[in-house]
Amino acid sequence: MEHPVIEFRNVTKRFGEVAAVVENNLAVKAGEFLSILGPSGCGKTTSLRMMAGFEQPSEGEVFIRGENMTGVPAYKRPVNMVFQHYALFPHLSVSDNVSYGLRQRSPKPSLAELAREVTEALAMVRLDGYESRRSYELSGGQQQRVALARALINRPAVLLLDEPLAALDRKLRREMQIELQNLQRDVGITFLLVTHDQEEALSMSDRVCVMREGRIVQSGSPRELYDKPVSRYVADFVGKSNFFAGPTKDTVISVRPELVEIAANEAVLPEGLSAHYSVKVLNRIFLGENTEYRVANDTLGEFMVLTPRKSERSSGTFEIGDTASTGWRPEAALVLAAT
Amino acid sequence: MRLYAILIYIFLYAPIAFIVGGSFNAGKQAMIWQGFSLEWYGKAFSNPLITEALTTSLMIALTTATLSAIIGTLAALGLERMSGWLRHVFDALIYIAILVPGIVIGISTLIAFVSFFDMINPYLITAWNIRIEMGAWMVIAAHVLFNIAVVALLVRARLQGMDRSLVEASEDLYATPLGTFRQVVLPLLAPSILAGFLLAFTFSFEDFIIAYFVAGPDVTLPIYVFSSIRRGITPEINAVGTVVLMTSLVLLVLAQVILQRGSRTLKT
Repeated sequence: MEHPVIEFRNVTKRFGEVAAVVENNLAVKAGEFLSILGPSGCGKTTSLRMMAGFEQPSEGEVFIRGENMTGVPAYKRPVNMVFQHYALFPHLSVSDNVSYGLRQRSPKPSLAELAREVTEALAMVRLDGYESRRSYELSGGQQQRVALARALINRPAVLLLDEPLAALDRKLRREMQIELQNLQRDVGITFLLVTHDQEEALSMSDRVCVMREGRIVQSGSPRELYDKPVSRYVADFVGKSNFFAGPTKDTVISVRPELVEIAANEAVLPEGLSAHYSVKVLNRIFLGENTEYRVANDTLGEFMVLTPRKSERSSGTFEIGDTASTGWRPEAALVLAAT
Repeated sequence: MRLYAILIYIFLYAPIAFIVGGSFNAGKQAMIWQGFSLEWYGKAFSNPLITEALTTSLMIALTTATLSAIIGTLAALGLERMSGWLRHVFDALIYIAILVPGIVIGISTLIAFVSFFDMINPYLITAWNIRIEMGAWMVIAAHVLFNIAVVALLVRARLQGMDRSLVEASEDLYATPLGTFRQVVLPLLAPSILAGFLLAFTFSFEDFIIAYFVAGPDVTLPIYVFSSIRRGITPEINAVGTVVLMTSLVLLVLAQVILQRGSRTLKT
């Protein structure tokens, strides 16, 4: 059987009294693009730092390619990291930054070999000809690519990415998401990304692990997480959702706002809905491709409805204060753990 | 500018201007202008007493600056890793070493050296028939004492401005701790170490008070100036004073420029 590239066995990390990571059993498969998703302070960055070797677990073991790496310092681990603020060396040129990892090998590769590798790595991130620039002369997106080239040139077992897109503006972030995904397919290196941005995790990854207070609460493909969340926490963190009182005290009913149908009256609602709720429109937010309504029903309380532009032709639009009828198909309502 | 500001500047800089101006005076008397001349510079540099004092001063300043740069940098690196109350104690000690007046350092090092020599000399004499006494090396020891603090302060400031993830990035890219120190930490600290070196050199080169206490029979340039002034101010002494002044000014400006250029590369 093939080993996971990185495997945590019952890893716990405590900082004084605080447990940042608790009994973590994460396994990263070779070649996958895995994201660890969670709010700040959930232990995702600590997990990443334990893989890189900047932190050592308080309990448990870390395996890389089947080899026990617990206690091994960062410079002896075959993984590389892209730092949140890139951490490019300000006193070195782009070329010296990128070749840094190769130059630590003994014997040192020849200058010609280094130059060839650097050219290749820079071409991979579309920065041909930037060899002699200084890092502070580059834009945020370019610095990001240098950081990628600097890590990938070493062909690590896993590339660790710590919130790599957080410092970029929205449009550039979208571009880099696509670029990262393509890059990962091209080089075939395992990517492990840590992020608090659910859109980033869902759009790029093959698999997402959702973390909460040091524990992994669910892991699966983006679609699985979205369609079959195990708890209110996951449903709330991965996408938006409406929550209503569940059949028991420990459960809630979750309905995604885009699965709620809305129409002027019951007669024009589609068939096959489990129930009809008449509502009053409280607020309307125009989002371009969608419109989000906040509506209220006497028994359910307030909830969100998301209607795509396309359906507006049949269902019409609603003004604040209008009354309307809503409902959803039985399979849209999920009974989840309330935690 | 207000009148009182002009008066303050005159009060501060007129004496210095007199010394510099007087050094170019052709006449024998410092106070009476008799035309422009460089002859006193020539005379000063052919006076064996002055060249010997200058050599002693340069040797003391160079050794002091080198030792202070090395020890001060190591102290700053050590303090950075320290935590808790002990770090605050050492931080305070660094500031105290800078704030203590020269005369206090002079007297206290003199007393310390004398009692130390008295303790150790009997053994040295019986064992090898040698003894240690006051002299240029004791000046170096006293100068290093407070210049360590100067260097440590500058390097500390730079270390605190340094992005910690640069060190991690280097380790992540397979550099050993020593390799990281050599390839990342040292190059980034270099401007502050160099600036500290230059400041230490200046402070040591122009110091009179401390040297006067512990120099023993050795004569540094400021000590020579002081002792010859008692025989009257000559244009020759003005020339020496101008050289000391210019050396200090150039080194101080250089240190400032290096520090500023260095801080620019840190901001990425």
